[in-house]
Amino acid sequence: MNAPLRRVGIVVMILFGLLFANLNWVQGYRANSYRTNDLNGRVQVAEYERPRGKIVVGGTPVATSEATTDELKYLRTYAGGATYAHVVGVKPVNGAATGIEKLNNDFLAGTDDRLVGDRIRDMFTGRTTAGGNVELTLSKAAQEAAVAELAANKKATAGAVVALDPGTGAILAMASAPSFDPGPLVSHDTAAAEAAYNVLDKDPRKPLLNRALSETFPPGSTMKVITSTAALQKGLGPETVLTGGGQYVAPDTTTPIGNAPGVNCPQQLTLKQALTISCNTAFARLGVEQLGVDALRAAARGFGFETEPRLAGDKDNVFRVAASSTGDIKDPDGTDDRPALAQSCIGQANVRMTPLQGALMAAAIANDGRQMKPYLVEKLQQPDLTTIETAEPTELRQSVSPQIAATLQDMMVSVVTNGTGRNARIDGFRVGGKTGTAQAGDSGDDHGWFIGFVMKGAEPIAAVAVLLEHAGTGGSADAARIGGQVMKAIIAERGLR
Amino acid sequence: MARGRRQPTRRNAELVLLLFAMGLVAAYAAAVEANMLDRVTPDFWVPTAIIGSFFIALHILVRFRAPYADPVLVPAVALLNGLGVAFLRRLDLADADPAQRADFPVFAGVGGRQLAWTLAALVAAAALLVFVKDHRSVSRYAYTLMVTGIVLVILPAALPRQYSEVNGAKLWILVGGFSIQPGEFAKLALLSFFAYYLVRKREVLSLASRRVLGIDFPRGRDLGPVLVVWLISLVVLVFEKDLGTSLLYFGMFVMTLYVATERVSWLIIGLLLFFGGAGLAYSLGASVGGPFTSFYERVGTWLDPFGDPYGKGYQLSQSLLGLGTGGMFGTGPGAGQPTQVPEVHNDFIFAGMGEEIGLFGLTALLVVYLLIIERGLRAGLAVRDSFGKLLAGGLAFTLGLQVFVIVGGVSKLIPLTGQTTPFLSAGGSSLIANWLLIAMLLRISDAARRPATGASPLTRTTPTAAAAAPLQLRELPTEVVQ
Repeated sequence: MNAPLRRVGIVVMILFGLLFANLNWVQGYRANSYRTNDLNGRVQVAEYERPRGKIVVGGTPVATSEATTDELKYLRTYAGGATYAHVVGVKPVNGAATGIEKLNNDFLAGTDDRLVGDRIRDMFTGRTTAGGNVELTLSKAAQEAAVAELAANKKATAGAVVALDPGTGAILAMASAPSFDPGPLVSHDTAAAEAAYNVLDKDPRKPLLNRALSETFPPGSTMKVITSTAALQKGLGPETVLTGGGQYVAPDTTTPIGNAPGVNCPQQLTLKQALTISCNTAFARLGVEQLGVDALRAAARGFGFETEPRLAGDKDNVFRVAASSTGDIKDPDGTDDRPALAQSCIGQANVRMTPLQGALMAAAIANDGRQMKPYLVEKLQQPDLTTIETAEPTELRQSVSPQIAATLQDMMVSVVTNGTGRNARIDGFRVGGKTGTAQAGDSGDDHGWFIGFVMKGAEPIAAVAVLLEHAGTGGSADAARIGGQVMKAIIAERGLR
Repeated sequence: MARGRRQPTRRNAELVLLLFAMGLVAAYAAAVEANMLDRVTPDFWVPTAIIGSFFIALHILVRFRAPYADPVLVPAVALLNGLGVAFLRRLDLADADPAQRADFPVFAGVGGRQLAWTLAALVAAAALLVFVKDHRSVSRYAYTLMVTGIVLVILPAALPRQYSEVNGAKLWILVGGFSIQPGEFAKLALLSFFAYYLVRKREVLSLASRRVLGIDFPRGRDLGPVLVVWLISLVVLVFEKDLGTSLLYFGMFVMTLYVATERVSWLIIGLLLFFGGAGLAYSLGASVGGPFTSFYERVGTWLDPFGDPYGKGYQLSQSLLGLGTGGMFGTGPGAGQPTQVPEVHNDFIFAGMGEEIGLFGLTALLVVYLLIIERGLRAGLAVRDSFGKLLAGGLAFTLGLQVFVIVGGVSKLIPLTGQTTPFLSAGGSSLIANWLLIAMLLRISDAARRPATGASPLTRTTPTAAAAAPLQLRELPTEVVQ
């Protein structure tokens, strides 16, 4: 009977071998995914064992951790409040984190590999060092100006502002109105936090939505910058004479395209003049008769339409950046849908754009055609403020050639100097831009747009996009004014005047 | 074994190993306090000392009553038992008010109760060593044990639900706030019967056979007892809603059958019957429902525990998350949050400990189990009589299978079933039954290593049972060591 007993011993060894192999799988290979699983409450409590790192804007903390006496030892507090809510995001006890709180969670929580030195030191000293600090690219002055201007505007029901540094892609301002107070969402009283979240989530004005990134709108006349780009790429010049007039009826339709009230568009005018006064008929006819769908789309794609845009370091699209698109402008048989093309050239039909995309477009033009990847995190610092990592600007694409960029700059400066964008003027600086009034499509008043840039000589300083949702008549003029105010704030903060 | 030479008893080795094991338990208790209280209290060693004194008492008894017993068994089991009690005490501390943790009484809470149960279990083990002087005498009560075993198995299934069901498994007898898991004892009784029955029938079971495809298959009429046990295990599966116990009974029987007959065909028949039965129960659960539903759902949970993470999959998913959080090295004793796993005192104690001691710690625990099992099998190899071989092998294998079933269950290797983790889980039935199992292995290993004739060299007691027993049990075929 000894031989089978020995074999039983082997069977037991095999069974235990299976247990051992499986434990290796669970505790070794899969350990990390289990540890970071959203259903895992252990890490959550552990996360509150050490103070979470600060989120800093221009040296001022907008998110900090304060010691408490409950089981969760630190409470997240947002000094930045509603002003920075959409950028900073929230780190609730239960539920998903958002914004920078999610994007840089490991670093803020102190579990990031780059902070391993601190953790090893903690093991020996017995202290619990805080998580790392994240310094944002935001300009305090620009952000506050943007939020204040959006709040002060009585016409719009909602709005968004994005400001970029054209040379680097650093995001200088990102505001979305209405905003929310992040404080109640991170309460340690999880029932209260959930209730607060539900109120915001059900609010018809959608305060949790970051309109600067996550929502697309018809671009209206700001689209004419793209149409102009397509024309320049086709070999036309700013002085090329176009046919304007009071009305244009595209082929295959009887619905005429007119001009906005107050726009007196001559029969014959140059491309530059057409952009300056925002002549719908000239651009619609230009698109149908000289450009075609493919040229328009190629120009749009050059600025970043039809791609999956991401902020730097945000592979999983934590910030939920929406894609901008020219939409469908072709008939089912593959030929141009000319009525839709006419509408698309002036930013209607199915063209949709995020405010971020508008700012990226202006920034590329101001930066000699080089579009930089937008980013929000300037620096990662250890708790003792030693910098571990500084953002390195990366080029996203060459949107247009430097020559075309220079021409577009001139044309857009003309818009602000002589045309519809006068409200954005800043003495002593070269400001270019384009306004837009977009029919909301569904219902409600038109959206007001402004995209633009400010330069000191040939040096780009900032680019902005302003959207005023359902602002109605005068919305685009207000948008231009807000754009100018935000750019002024940036100039003042840098002491450039 | 060389005859005529003095056979060392190895009792001192046992004592040293036991003290070493208690040292580990004390270190564990100190680490728990360091992590949970931020300091080690001056009397951290008291619970360890108390449980250690129980084990030392058993050790002294073994010196007199089973002087040649395997010296590794008691220390290895004591290590597991001690760590189990220390971990349960750690769970009590987690539930206690932080201000009162430092003064938590030794005999309070689940850990305190487990300490008391340990004492009871050791008394039971000692009684077995005292009253069963020769393991072969057990075979005299084989049929009584069989009847007892079957009654213990059937009882929870037959009893109304309020007297037998806990967490969906009808495995209990609940009387006046007291709960007993009769299955834990049934497995010992049934195994003793199997060993007796198979030793008597092994000739007929192994010789009379038909050859099919190069494998010897038994005659139809010899299949009878196998089918009876198979049916019992299916009854357990369906009416007590417990796959683990069912697997345990059946695996235990097939293994002893195989060892007794040395016929691979029994293994094949057994495995086919078990998996066929389980497969049938699964498909019936999917189509018919009724008593098969719970088994069907358990398999579904096993396949996708995160499909219903707050409902049916809650236990298993929390267990996996705990194990994963522990990772390779664990959070350290007392530094994790094992209380997030439901049933962490009982079925999921392995997962709870795994979060804190990590893959390395769990591997060490598995090695300790393996050591106990291999020592049991070795006793079976060395003992001279067939009944002893079969009993020791069966007991050791049963222990291994139980560890496999529960540890495999909480780590999602196999569908989860309500088994206790031997020597770790809170609960008197399991602890007493498993200590009885160990006592039996001690008794058999003592018989295996004891010199065949003459007096013990180190003690002056004269064991006469070995010489007298063969006369009493003449009908048992004995076998010379191969």
